[in-house]
Amino acid sequence: MSESLDSAAKLNLAYWMRLTRTLDDALVAMWKQGRGVGGTFSGKGHEAIAVGAGYALGPDDVVAPMHRDLGCYLVRGMSPERIMANQLGKEPGVTRGRDANLHGMGDLEFNIIGFVSHLPQSLPVALGAAMSFQYREEPRVALTFTGDGSSNTGLFHETLNLAAVQKAPFVLVVENNQYAYSTPLHEQMAIEDIAVRAQAHGVVGEIVDGNDVAAVHAVVSAAVARARDGGGPTLIEAKTMRMLGHAIHDGAEYVPAELLEKWQERDPVTLWEDTLLEEGVLSPERLERLHSECRDEVEAAIAEAEKAPLPDPATVATGVYAP
Amino acid sequence: MTATRQLTYLDAIAEALAIEMENDPDVIVLGTDVGGDFGGAFKVTKRVAAQFGPLRVKNMPMTELAFIGAANGMALMGMRPVVEVQFADFISTGFDSIVQYAATTHYRWGASVPWVIRAPSDGGIRSGPFHSQNPEAWFVHTPGLKVVAPATPEDAKGLLLAAIRDDNPVIYFEAKPLYRSLKGPVSDGSAAIPLGVARIARAGDDLSIITYGSTVHDSVQAADEVAGDGISVEVIDLRSLKPMDTDAILESVAKTGRALVVHAANRMAGVGAEVAAFIGEEAFGDLDAPVRRLGGLDIPIPFSPPLEDAYRVGPHSIVQAIREMVAW
Repeated sequence: MSESLDSAAKLNLAYWMRLTRTLDDALVAMWKQGRGVGGTFSGKGHEAIAVGAGYALGPDDVVAPMHRDLGCYLVRGMSPERIMANQLGKEPGVTRGRDANLHGMGDLEFNIIGFVSHLPQSLPVALGAAMSFQYREEPRVALTFTGDGSSNTGLFHETLNLAAVQKAPFVLVVENNQYAYSTPLHEQMAIEDIAVRAQAHGVVGEIVDGNDVAAVHAVVSAAVARARDGGGPTLIEAKTMRMLGHAIHDGAEYVPAELLEKWQERDPVTLWEDTLLEEGVLSPERLERLHSECRDEVEAAIAEAEKAPLPDPATVATGVYAP
Repeated sequence: MTATRQLTYLDAIAEALAIEMENDPDVIVLGTDVGGDFGGAFKVTKRVAAQFGPLRVKNMPMTELAFIGAANGMALMGMRPVVEVQFADFISTGFDSIVQYAATTHYRWGASVPWVIRAPSDGGIRSGPFHSQNPEAWFVHTPGLKVVAPATPEDAKGLLLAAIRDDNPVIYFEAKPLYRSLKGPVSDGSAAIPLGVARIARAGDDLSIITYGSTVHDSVQAADEVAGDGISVEVIDLRSLKPMDTDAILESVAKTGRALVVHAANRMAGVGAEVAAFIGEEAFGDLDAPVRRLGGLDIPIPFSPPLEDAYRVGPHSIVQAIREMVAW
């Protein structure tokens, strides 16, 4: 699947995924050490989806990521310092202390739309962006992510139906990570593949290995190109595994250890690095350098964010309304 | 700018939509049954559907949560969608998209969500529990939203123009019993009436009625009735519920010393409770009598005429409250 990517792109994907993992690991460690604020979420296991899909978009395309998609924010250009500052509730964070962890981290300069905890809310918002591109005859696409849990909601179906009727340039990536909080798939739905839900609405449905970044990139690129050409929306089900709990406080004891072991063998970040080593795109030395660069970048981001100021409580009521 | 023409409340809304769609190509209309020759359940969008066609007056499938959510996305991209929910009662089907997403966005990450939801509200026309509601209190309770409720054709036009031009989500409760029954002078031109500014619907000295929407007319009627007995009643039409013109309330109460709050919505935890509490906190020293509230009963809105009449506030109950307060 990696044939369509040139060496530079392959290395970029390796860099973004390793940076994502390094930052994610650092977040988990900080919160376990009591250096965090409130809760946080890990996207461990989701890196290939967040990075692969984010990398498939053009700069003018719009994306609405969720709380497992740290890599997507990074690929779109948001700095690790600003993300870390947001996690710590600091003034220089994206939401200036207004919203937690990755929630609400929208910034239209990067064409990123923020999300709310009611995750399927991002679906119609991205669809509306796509409908505005249609109306203005702009060759842009809107992509959003959601989870297996969200795919059971009415809004998921309302949005797919509306997207199909409008033939909107809209791509929906469902990150099927096997669990909605503690509820496994078989207690959520009586189907094997979430992608079949596309069929009910006249939308193209695709299934992809969510731990293979080249595969994710290829299927999202094709969906984005089709959307841009007027071919309408696509639902992509990326199958993966949530490797940690729902949030930092959750030990996920309800997940069978064998299941995690099985998925650990196909860790998306090391899987891709091994592929590039085999292909000769990466040398072991270069890979080591990549790891240490990512560590340095994340450490610098944490240092900056930790010394950044907290918001001034006198500003608590500012910004509720646009002036 | 002179108000020489008489328009119905409905035609004033339709005119405002047409003016702003001409002024601004980013204004589009979304809703169920709004487009084509049909032009909406109440025909409010018939004029713009004919004038601007299906690309700008877009029929939606019955997916309120999704199409209000889509309005959020359009608004984030700089468009100004005007959504019609067919009846204000149905706005609950779009609740998350309004109160969780639209209302919180500017505070959380600084992006504007400039849409308007037009919600045909209010009853008295024998439409039963699900076509008669006044759900404005849910939204006045939600930080980040603006809420308006015009009572006259002039305000229906001017407030809709202001709502569409505002950079925030605005819920515009139009009083559907007034659509064709109320005709009044409407200014030419495209001037907006600012949000958050009340209007003195009728000047008076002995008692202030603070109200909005269709009960403005009931209140003026009641005030006219008691005027024969030498009771001079001032009627303040709030026009905007959020932001609310609290200065206008204080000024009137300082003058009259009596405050009666009236709305068509049920009384329990309604907008009137906030107004009454505000007067109690800020103007207690001005009061010659306790603040009173009139609103619907705390029950689902019944269908059959004698039941609905027993549920609703009307000129008769307002007259009775005025007399009791003046005699206090």
